[in-house]
Amino acid sequence: MNTEIIGVVGMFIVTLLLAIPLGKYITNIYLRKKSILDFLFNPIEKFMFRISGIDPNKEMNWKQNLTALLTINFVWFFVCMFILMNQGWLPLNPDGNPSMPPDLAFNTAISFLVNCNLQHYSGESGLTYFSQIAGVMFLQFVTAGTGMAACAVVFNAMKERQTESLGNFYNYFLRSCTRILLPISVITAVILIFSGTPMTFEGKDTIISMQGDTVQVSRGPVAAMVAIKQTGTNGGGFFGANSAHPLENPTYLSNMVENILIILIPIAMVFALGYYLNKRKLSWMIFGVMTIGFLLLLVPTIIQEMKGNSAITVMGIDQHLGSMEGKEIRFGSAASAYWGITTTVTSNGSVNAMHDSFTPLSGAFTMLGMMVNSLYGGVGVGFLNFYIFIILAVFISGLMVGRTPELFGKKVEAREVKIAAIIAILHPLLILAGTALASHYAANDTQMGWWFNGNAKGWLNNPSYHGFSEMLYEFTSSAANNGSGFEGLGDNNPFWNISTGVVLLLSRYLPIIGPVTIAGLLANKKYIPESAGTLKTDTVTFGIMTFAVIIIIAALSFFPALALGPLAEYFSMG
Amino acid sequence: MKTNLLPALKLTLVSLLFFSGLYTIVIWGIACLTPNGGNAQVITVNNKKYYSNIGQSFTDDKYFNSRPSAVGYNAAGSGGSNKGPSNPEYLVQVKARIDTFLVHNPDVKKAEIPSELVTSSGSGLDPHISPEAAFVQIKRIAMVRNMSEDKLITLVTKNIEKPLLGLFGTNTVNVLKLNIDLENAK
Repeated sequence: MNTEIIGVVGMFIVTLLLAIPLGKYITNIYLRKKSILDFLFNPIEKFMFRISGIDPNKEMNWKQNLTALLTINFVWFFVCMFILMNQGWLPLNPDGNPSMPPDLAFNTAISFLVNCNLQHYSGESGLTYFSQIAGVMFLQFVTAGTGMAACAVVFNAMKERQTESLGNFYNYFLRSCTRILLPISVITAVILIFSGTPMTFEGKDTIISMQGDTVQVSRGPVAAMVAIKQTGTNGGGFFGANSAHPLENPTYLSNMVENILIILIPIAMVFALGYYLNKRKLSWMIFGVMTIGFLLLLVPTIIQEMKGNSAITVMGIDQHLGSMEGKEIRFGSAASAYWGITTTVTSNGSVNAMHDSFTPLSGAFTMLGMMVNSLYGGVGVGFLNFYIFIILAVFISGLMVGRTPELFGKKVEAREVKIAAIIAILHPLLILAGTALASHYAANDTQMGWWFNGNAKGWLNNPSYHGFSEMLYEFTSSAANNGSGFEGLGDNNPFWNISTGVVLLLSRYLPIIGPVTIAGLLANKKYIPESAGTLKTDTVTFGIMTFAVIIIIAALSFFPALALGPLAEYFSMG
Repeated sequence: MKTNLLPALKLTLVSLLFFSGLYTIVIWGIACLTPNGGNAQVITVNNKKYYSNIGQSFTDDKYFNSRPSAVGYNAAGSGGSNKGPSNPEYLVQVKARIDTFLVHNPDVKKAEIPSELVTSSGSGLDPHISPEAAFVQIKRIAMVRNMSEDKLITLVTKNIEKPLLGLFGTNTVNVLKLNIDLENAK
């Protein structure tokens, strides 16, 4: 068999083999059972909580948990804004990079705050080492921890009992960061260092190439940052080219490690749910639905990329390596396609190939991954998104059989379904409204004034259908808190910085607030023991039902937009 | 919100020191202990220093050429062309690269040109080409350098890096290392 395909299959199998024990470990962390790293982290966490004046054992209800979550996020925003706007004079700036202008700092701070990592700058010239470490990398740890903590609150609420107290946000948050994200990052960083990724505080190096050109080589504390960037579904790279850069991702081995990490914790969280609630079958049902969706996107994308660009095929050259524009030889087209889909079904958004140059259908599948946004999904928040679909599926199934819908012994009533529906509709609304606005300006080539230097068409790097795809992708990526891009788009200007910034904020916090609220409301309701009339959620039938809800609500609402962009491009290429 | 603000501020500060400070120092410390001290891998040839993982621009006929690059192989920055697959301007550019290649390699048939030699990489710094892309340049280099083709074939074959464990990934040739060997072979 083709070694490129074996590489991809190998990555998925290793991920699965790691995710199951990791899921068990995560459960132990949240249930505060004994675990192997207690000797190290018990004293550290105790110390950190004591200094902060936080009692990690205090039980909180869903409202208190959300308030704590939002407050600390609010603080992080200002810390990051301050660092970015003052990085020019702050320490660790060997290359003398300037401070960020306010609109770019706003977009960058929000983008990392919401775990999206959309980057309208290039790391080599846009950030200092201090910003990389204290601004960006800090948020890569804590925002991943935030998503996982929100997920842990929902896990707790799904237990079969009636309660107000759903654990302590600070405790879930810090334990996620120290005991899950940190150890994985340390191991990864060491592997990267041995693969050839730099970890240094020296500035750019200047060398003369063999042919006599004088060029510079950007360096920095890359390994530490790339490790958490991959682990926490963050995705914001150290260098402009992200994990396509030969220092950020030097070998096929480093590529496998980085790519496994993209979906490792998202899958592990699904298994953690099963261990947590003692419902293993439910985990496998959810994993099954997610994996079928994932494979439906993955397989055709690999085929398309390995087949090559049909417009180049007609030129009569040898395209046996596949479509190579925007791809690296050391990864090849199969591993690039695999990365492309894994990074978009989760909210990671790092890239090892340029998505703008993917063949049209692959572009459509990467966008579809972000549009559904719950096939594995981000660390923590991926399950929260899926939870919304479960609520809707329970509701619709209940209506179909004429019974009051129930989930784990709790009646799902109008209030919960309303919240779920609003959250489910919010995602297409933000994407389509944003794209409509941007393409309205681009189609009329409007003079944008302060918002953009020149006429609106100027922000497109490609004409026609593909230009529309660039704008659609940018808003999809923002609303999915993904952070990858069709990077040809000229997005570092007030129009894109501010519009995507607003989308980022709404699409991060509402989809956290919604599920936590629903879970909190349900937890508070009377527990009805299972009977013959109970809708079983851990069955294949319910899995199919949930899958159908996802297809109808998420996928179909985007079909017209996809038809105007990537599908039209595909058919026009013949 | 008010009751949470002060604890949040303090927790932010200690976690900043822990995750940005301590974690970074630990990783940096480990890096300093490794053979290349946390710097990227470097090759030194005739007192000249090269980064083995950073591709270089090789356009001269006497060298094995590297892939086109959107950033001119200047690693001060990085990035791809981001041209869409149907972009007419881009397709004209690819065609022009094919024609240029055929002019420089008159013995090569069009169907033998591997696509990576006329497309730019994602990083603009791709250090590799495929073995096929190296073999297809042999006739030209043999002519320019007055070397035997067999010797060049041996040279390229020696520089082929196999997939990981022979199982995962692609066959690659590091263009810089190949050209260093080529210069030494003379």
